[in-house]
Amino acid sequence: MKVVLDHVTKAFPNRNKKLKQDVIAVSDFTYEIPDGSLIGLLGPSGCGKSTTLNLISGLLTPTSGRILFGDEDVTDFSPEHRGIGLVFQNYALYPHMTVAENIMFPLGNLRGKDKMSRAEMRRKAEEIAALVQIEAYMDRKPSELSGGQQQRVAIARALVKMPRVLLLDEPLSNLDARLRLQTREEIHRIQRQTGITTIFVTHDQEEAMSISDAIVVMRDGVVQQIGAPQQVYNDPCNLFVAKFLGTPPINVFDGSVSDGALYLGEDRVLDVPCVPDGTYYVGIRPEGFEIRADGPMHAALSAIEVMGRDVSVVAAHPACTTDTLRAIIDADETVGLHANEIRFSLKPSKVCLFDRRTEIRVRTDK
Amino acid sequence: MEKNSLKAWLYLLPAILFLGVFLVYPLVDVFIYSFEEGYNSASQTYFGIGTYNFSYVLHDPYFLQALKNTLILVLITVPVSTALALLISVGLSSIPHLKQLYQTVFFLPYVTNTLAVGLVFMILFAKTEYSDGLVNVLLSLFGMTPVDFLDGPYAAKMLVLCIYTVWIVLPFKILILTSALASVKADYYNAARIDGTPRLRVFTRITLPMISPMLFYLIITGFIGAFKAYSDAVALFGTNLNTAEMNTIVGYVYDMLYGDSGGYPSYASAAAVILFAIVLTITVINLLISRKHVHY
Repeated sequence: MKVVLDHVTKAFPNRNKKLKQDVIAVSDFTYEIPDGSLIGLLGPSGCGKSTTLNLISGLLTPTSGRILFGDEDVTDFSPEHRGIGLVFQNYALYPHMTVAENIMFPLGNLRGKDKMSRAEMRRKAEEIAALVQIEAYMDRKPSELSGGQQQRVAIARALVKMPRVLLLDEPLSNLDARLRLQTREEIHRIQRQTGITTIFVTHDQEEAMSISDAIVVMRDGVVQQIGAPQQVYNDPCNLFVAKFLGTPPINVFDGSVSDGALYLGEDRVLDVPCVPDGTYYVGIRPEGFEIRADGPMHAALSAIEVMGRDVSVVAAHPACTTDTLRAIIDADETVGLHANEIRFSLKPSKVCLFDRRTEIRVRTDK
Repeated sequence: MEKNSLKAWLYLLPAILFLGVFLVYPLVDVFIYSFEEGYNSASQTYFGIGTYNFSYVLHDPYFLQALKNTLILVLITVPVSTALALLISVGLSSIPHLKQLYQTVFFLPYVTNTLAVGLVFMILFAKTEYSDGLVNVLLSLFGMTPVDFLDGPYAAKMLVLCIYTVWIVLPFKILILTSALASVKADYYNAARIDGTPRLRVFTRITLPMISPMLFYLIITGFIGAFKAYSDAVALFGTNLNTAEMNTIVGYVYDMLYGDSGGYPSYASAAAVILFAIVLTITVINLLISRKHVHY
């Protein structure tokens, strides 16, 4: 089922009643989510991603704009008529019911020709439990399960009615690091297996990038960029997106362009023939640095951190907007890391220029 | 470790002393009195030890009347007040406007003086030379014959006592239940809503189990409170409760100690022990049931 958001806007009345102006939680969101895809809504807290999810679920109704499931306009449908499954951030499993009862609960609401016998419900619940691999815990209470298992039960409960769209609100935020890695793969597998269009909300860019078919980066209710994770990472449309994606984060410098050459402080680091003269924010991904004895960029070496496969070089540069820059290099490049000064050359594809005022990306290629 | 536990006992000492003197000692004493036949508190003497006190109390028509009254009061007011409080609390938590106002209105009886409440009930129910009382006026509007609620048939008097008791205990129960309802996380309701759960099923399958610990707390304390009823009857029917056939067990104990027919601490103690045994049994039964039905 494809999900279409057509100029969806949600405004809340201002908490401060003296201010008449509404708070715009989601502003003019337009996007067609392809059938069977896994979409991550990504942004810092308060960016409107959860509101967007609730608008799709029907728990909130948009102030303006339409929401379509396939060709059907569901904007005015209440949640139960939309055919969605929603997994809550805290799972919202009914604590007084066993796992099996929790999963069967939505089936118990079916009336008329859809009404199921208890045996049918049990069979269906076991089917779904097998899919999310919790069939061994059917008679336990949620409090007797680990966080990851509770999450699976919540997904099973959302899936048992075979919803048209599955929505997950911060599905991994209550799990520890190891479980998070495992569960996100699990979500990916379940989504692939069922083929249900799935939308999830997260503030963790790594989570969104690792399993999504496409990510939607939001800020203050406005969609910043939509695209495949790698594409958004490599080709951010503004400084916010560039800073938000990637660990370690992108290094930002105050740079200037004159006569088609990019300067970082005194260093003439790159040729950018198509960029007009002026000052810019220059973002350089950590993997965009190469250590060269004759490299154009001079930096003062502060530390070298070896973390398994990666070697990360921490250095100071006068034009850097933060105290230090961080470069990730291959282990075999570590030659010549004894001196106090280190010299880099830059990979042009990993360097992005942004307008100083609007923070919008300035293309270096024409 | 040794030092620590010594310290702990030292800190507990004031509480233990007070509880011991004012709670444990009298409790044990009452138990002893109840077996001492013909105990005289002035001369501190008694004739012998045995179960005569219990046999006397259990054959005393006044006690049997008090027992019957108390049981009726318990069986009617506890379920009625709890159900009514639940109904009102659910109503309160689902109205969008004027919630605070209604909450205040429903809580007012709790902070109102008991005597003032008694006065209001007099105006409502009492039949005097000048007026039949407000309720009788209403009844006669519907063509019914006026009833003397406070000095007439037993059923009428019991009805007024039950209404009074329910009205007195309602605010506290509403307060507890509204806060219990408010503490149920909205996500549970949202999850149920997305699944299209009918409202009745949400109430019986989600709301009730979630507030069941509080509900059982209210039922247990409600039983205990109703068994100890006394002041409500006094407020309505005066201190001569035996004549009014409206005495309660606690009233009987009081009468045996200080009433016109008083001066019998042995009988009073025996009645108190019987009350204790009844309350203990009911509470244990309640706890056993609640263990089965309260889930977390």
